[in-house]
Amino acid sequence: MIKQLHFYGGIHPVEDKVAQSVPIVEPPILETYMVPLQQHIGAPAKAVVAKGDQVKRGQLLGEAQGFVSAPVHAPTSGVIREVTTCLGPSGAQVPALLLASDGEDAPADPMPAIDWHQASPGDLRQRISAAGIVGKGGAAFPTVVKLSPPPNKKIDTLILNGVECEPCLTADHRLMLERAADIVTGAQITARILGAKKIIIGIENNKPDAIEVMRQAGADYGIEVCSLRVRYPQGAEKQLIYAVTGRKVPSGGLPADIGCLVQNVGTAAAIADAVCLGKPLYERVTTVTGTPLVSPGNWRFRVGTTYSEAIKLAGGVKEDPIKIISGGPMMGMAVYSLDIPIIKSTSGILLLSKDELTQFAVRPCIRCGRCNDSCPMGMMPGILSVQIENQRYELAEKWHVMDCIECGCCAYTCPASRPLVQHLRRAKAEVQAARRAKAGK
Amino acid sequence: MSENTIRLPDTSKLVISSSPHLHEDDSVRRIMFMVILALLPACIAGAWFFGPRALWVLLVCVASCVACEILCTRLMGREVHVSDGSAALTGLLLGMNLPVTTPTWICVIGSAIAIVLGKMIYGGLGYNPFNPALVGRVALLLAFPTVMTTWIAPMTRRLEWAGVNSVTQATPLGVSELTAGTLPFSYWDLFWGRTGGCIGETCVPALLLGGIFLIALNIIRWHVPVFYLATVAIITGVTHWLAPAQCAPPLYHLLSGGLMLGAFFMATDMVTTPLSRKGAVVFAVGCGVLTSVIRIWGSYPEGVSFSILIMNSLTPLIDRWTAGKPFGTPRRAPREVKP
Repeated sequence: MIKQLHFYGGIHPVEDKVAQSVPIVEPPILETYMVPLQQHIGAPAKAVVAKGDQVKRGQLLGEAQGFVSAPVHAPTSGVIREVTTCLGPSGAQVPALLLASDGEDAPADPMPAIDWHQASPGDLRQRISAAGIVGKGGAAFPTVVKLSPPPNKKIDTLILNGVECEPCLTADHRLMLERAADIVTGAQITARILGAKKIIIGIENNKPDAIEVMRQAGADYGIEVCSLRVRYPQGAEKQLIYAVTGRKVPSGGLPADIGCLVQNVGTAAAIADAVCLGKPLYERVTTVTGTPLVSPGNWRFRVGTTYSEAIKLAGGVKEDPIKIISGGPMMGMAVYSLDIPIIKSTSGILLLSKDELTQFAVRPCIRCGRCNDSCPMGMMPGILSVQIENQRYELAEKWHVMDCIECGCCAYTCPASRPLVQHLRRAKAEVQAARRAKAGK
Repeated sequence: MSENTIRLPDTSKLVISSSPHLHEDDSVRRIMFMVILALLPACIAGAWFFGPRALWVLLVCVASCVACEILCTRLMGREVHVSDGSAALTGLLLGMNLPVTTPTWICVIGSAIAIVLGKMIYGGLGYNPFNPALVGRVALLLAFPTVMTTWIAPMTRRLEWAGVNSVTQATPLGVSELTAGTLPFSYWDLFWGRTGGCIGETCVPALLLGGIFLIALNIIRWHVPVFYLATVAIITGVTHWLAPAQCAPPLYHLLSGGLMLGAFFMATDMVTTPLSRKGAVVFAVGCGVLTSVIRIWGSYPEGVSFSILIMNSLTPLIDRWTAGKPFGTPRRAPREVKP
């Protein structure tokens, strides 16, 4: 067993993982799916089907445009009823296809299975790219890009992220319990592509069952499991790498700079499906939870399932929620519509009741220093926030605002309820804009 | 369950805000209230030793501080946030730093100086560079030196409300006998607070109780009192060892004057002290050095107020010096990665 290191700062919010004992359920086929063509960071996919086209499950609907992009596949069989736009979780309209299901769920001809022990890293990368795999932890970064580090950066350690440090979410936990073998296979495929010698799975020690299951599944392949203390944001890339390897990602750098790559356990399972079964990524496990819900749980949703369908599956609500969040309570995005579809990176749908509402107010900082103590990046959010209120962005840059990972620990602890994360995000955007303007000159 | 019995959320009343969507159950008001609560044992001890007028002094200070803050925020055209408790806390701390014999009108003047010149003139809560209660106290000390250094012996006026014609007694640090090498007070008296002094500063167990309560609640950092007291103990220990006839022993210093009150409740004031743990240690050591120097070599018998105010002025600098490098900033050249 690996000795784990403690990163500085962090918080321990109430875990509230009520759905952790609810097994993953396969929902029935719906009448329609709203499939966004942008479910990832980068350029949206370009539709290759037109209105009225018949499609089968797993058929390509949109092809990747450019390197940082990902294709999109049909979640079920049916007819493309409309080429349209829909609301994404970020609140922006994105191009989308409305798929009317024919109820048969007929599969398209699968891509041929690949024997990954024999296949070249190039072939495996190509398959991962063709299957539309993106990081399922939340950022939705196209996986193939991550798996193609520059040749001078040698990756020796692959870290699987099974931490799930966001309160309330349990999707990764259930996935580890139910699909441990596939996760291990996906990890081995990834390690083969990268030439990584070592595979470590990091799991918070509030999931002893998952630690045990993963340890057994990985034992024969030399995969180590690192039991991590429960501390948010243990699952943040830089903090996780430090905890399991002791290496620090340099400020402004990438994990590849120190020979590491972090991948979500869900992404690993999707890679195994794509390579061994030829199955593209069109479904994912999502936790639907929150006190207003009748029966929270975990479902394997097809992408394009709207939030309202997901909430119906969870039995509807007992009381009206005050917030609906796409993702977890610490970093998720509040949404205002139930017509938003679940996409490849939707790890959870969280409903908060009225008494769980947090409102931020612009009251003065009393300099208590709690944000300092909780910042896992060792920044000074309190000082930064005052600088940012005065629009001193160049000063904020000097005080390392660009290192912020937006984990929200500072705002969580702030007794004055200051909107610290909003301030930091704004400064990051302003600094980015200033840098771009400078580079453009 | 049939489709129509399932209730979907009403989206018309949804709140949209930036993450995080969770918040620790704490507020400025709770912090201020807890500090006030932590000060109460020392206030009760003050009333016990110096008579009920102590309560009157405290009440006048609290009321005038709150009134001044309301007046100032009104004049500034701002929303009144006096319910956050910070003005009341300033008033209580100021009152605890006054002799029980301070006339009411001087209490009012001190409170007005503390709030108007110590806090509101800089923009109110969070923006004041100096501890407002200490600003008030030092202003009164300079303006009314006699009143501010007239001490009555404890337990002599327990049943009387007013009157200044009482038996005066020097404070432990103000006694001239000290130089003769004999201690005018026993450690036991010093510990319990059976000495002359300000209302809230003499009873060590009451202050310790409050201080430990705040440390347990994570409202103040233990580093501040520990490093402050340790620094004073070391410096006074060395001077006592070098010149035992002229300098009081360290324990005498720790138990007397406003040191306990200052170390637990003034040097830990959030607004006017450094943000980081490292900064707090620097601040506390600085306070300890200055307090010892003023007590041993200065012309004032007591130096806690001055030392904390001087260190307050250094707080922005300490913050800058102790600002850590963010996670991942290499101290040395990055380590070579072994393939």
